[in-house]
Amino acid sequence: MNTSTTIANKPALVVGIALILVAILTAYDASTMNIRSGYGIGPQATSYLVAIILAILGLCHLPVALRRLDGEVPAADWKAVGWVGAALASLIGVIAAGGGFILGSTLLFMFTARAFGRKNFVVDFIIGFVIAVLIFLLFNKLLSLSLPSGPLERLL
Amino acid sequence: MDVISLLLDGFAGALTPMNLVFAGIGVLLGTAVGVLPGIGPALTVALLLPVTFRMDPAGSLIMFAGIYYGGMYGGSTTAILLNTPGEAASVVTAVEGNQMARKGRGGPALATAAIGSFVAALVATIGLAFLSPYMVKVAVRFGPWDYFGLMLIAFVTVSATFGASPLRGLTSLGIGLWLGLVGIDQLTGQARLTFGVPQLLDGVEVTTLAVGIFALGECLFVASRNLHAPEKPIPVKGSIWMSREDWKRSWKPWLRGTFLGFPIGALPAGGAEVPTFLSYNIERKLSSKPEEFGHGAIEGVAGPEAANNASAAGSLVPLLTLGLPTSATAAVMLAGFQQYNIQPGPLLFAQHAGLVWALIASLFIANVMLLILNLPLVGLWVKLLKIPLPWLYAGILVFATMGTIAANPSVVELLLLVAFGVLGFLMRRYDYPIAPAIVGLILGPMAELALRRSLQISQGDPMILFQHWSSATMIGIAIIALLAPYVFKGLARMGRDED
Repeated sequence: MNTSTTIANKPALVVGIALILVAILTAYDASTMNIRSGYGIGPQATSYLVAIILAILGLCHLPVALRRLDGEVPAADWKAVGWVGAALASLIGVIAAGGGFILGSTLLFMFTARAFGRKNFVVDFIIGFVIAVLIFLLFNKLLSLSLPSGPLERLL
Repeated sequence: MDVISLLLDGFAGALTPMNLVFAGIGVLLGTAVGVLPGIGPALTVALLLPVTFRMDPAGSLIMFAGIYYGGMYGGSTTAILLNTPGEAASVVTAVEGNQMARKGRGGPALATAAIGSFVAALVATIGLAFLSPYMVKVAVRFGPWDYFGLMLIAFVTVSATFGASPLRGLTSLGIGLWLGLVGIDQLTGQARLTFGVPQLLDGVEVTTLAVGIFALGECLFVASRNLHAPEKPIPVKGSIWMSREDWKRSWKPWLRGTFLGFPIGALPAGGAEVPTFLSYNIERKLSSKPEEFGHGAIEGVAGPEAANNASAAGSLVPLLTLGLPTSATAAVMLAGFQQYNIQPGPLLFAQHAGLVWALIASLFIANVMLLILNLPLVGLWVKLLKIPLPWLYAGILVFATMGTIAANPSVVELLLLVAFGVLGFLMRRYDYPIAPAIVGLILGPMAELALRRSLQISQGDPMILFQHWSSATMIGIAIIALLAPYVFKGLARMGRDED
């Protein structure tokens, strides 16, 4: 629309720069390989090829960034996204600390429900706990998959 | 005939009481998960893969077939009752189906979708059984250069030709190709892009990417949009059975949809949703009541639903005979096969003939099972749609992360899953398609292998790709498919300028 070079489409600019950075990273990673293959091309050649593809795609995003956005990017409820983030972080934290699958999944359930507008932590904790115990019993005992065990799981 | 005796052997293997139970469980689980809003067939299969981890290959493949068809059917139920298509292929179903449901004709809409899917899957599976041996005969003569050409076609058609924006589709593909680099190189053992993290040496699992990008990404996206009240499912009122007129208006669209869907799906190229749009347009032209279109015309559900199922069954032809996935669902299924150490491709028919024909037979069984179980259970599926969103998405996340934890209990894998979830959220938010990334991840390393084997044979001369007429033709088709959207756009602009 207008001829000035203001950035009208910031996401496209960010994607373009990110792609170029990833391309540089990939090319650097390839340059540290020291494998010589007798015939044909080695593993680094594919890395360089993908790096070139990403760099071209990144460069193609730059002119798009100057154009106006077709279709608005909708507003986001970042608080809700933050709750889902907290839910996933608590799951990973509990698993990493050896707290076991049931506790981790219960917290995951509770915080995710909070992200979607539930306020009653106690009820959601109980529901999550029941679901997690059922999944644990089904998969560990019936299908003999090994879900990580913490103090709770050893009691079952 | 040869095929028939092989198929009978397949049925003999698949029709044990235990396997029938597996098929039934698969259909029920697949429908139950597929019916949940925001969960398409690809994610259904990815989420339920862990359930089949520890079973013997035959039993798990049969369950797998049930999950696949169940997931497809569940997706159309959601599209009709909730107007939230889980994938591009059921967008059209949602248009007319949801209108029918709003008019209190949800029952007949679900019935014509179910019976149409049954007819389509039945015809298409017969097509699969008879076409596959011929495809295998062609495929065994393929050199690595031919495979490379085929994969180029698949890359371009999945990401650029049929998408809304070629640049966005190709970017998604590029992400998938990049993720495919991670890990140990199959030919030399060189580690790529692992940054000293030992868990990355095995590469990125397709199921981790699919679950992260679909399930976690969708959950984050819906949470971010939670400013509005969620849509309520439309209750199914009155009879679920179709009237005589419904039958009369449905059977031709079913067959036309099937014959559009199967050949297009069976092509080793992307765009499995194309026949659904074609079918919708054809039915609108041929309908005796074109004025009903847009307001709940039964033909607009019957045709596209049949086309969707037929093309999904058709996409099993390149998947089984060439090892070439052309949709996100097929890519996840390929990952599933690989979990049982089964590599689809022409050799599969030679080495595991029993297994292949048992799988094809179980597709028939699952299809029949679906029709028997699903129509009476419609009420149950509608109840599933009524689960409050907070619990629904919380449950989806618990199940999604459980699959990853069960497959690979490491914190690194979970962090990857979350990273893919964030990626999926951003791609949804800024309107980048997701399927090309998944196809790129699974096909990228295969294309690399094909390219490097070709160059080994030619001692490094890239002209080998063009010296065989077959691979030269395929690379030509890929280039044309890449340029086609731009040419069409240019032509359209020229046409406008002349006006």
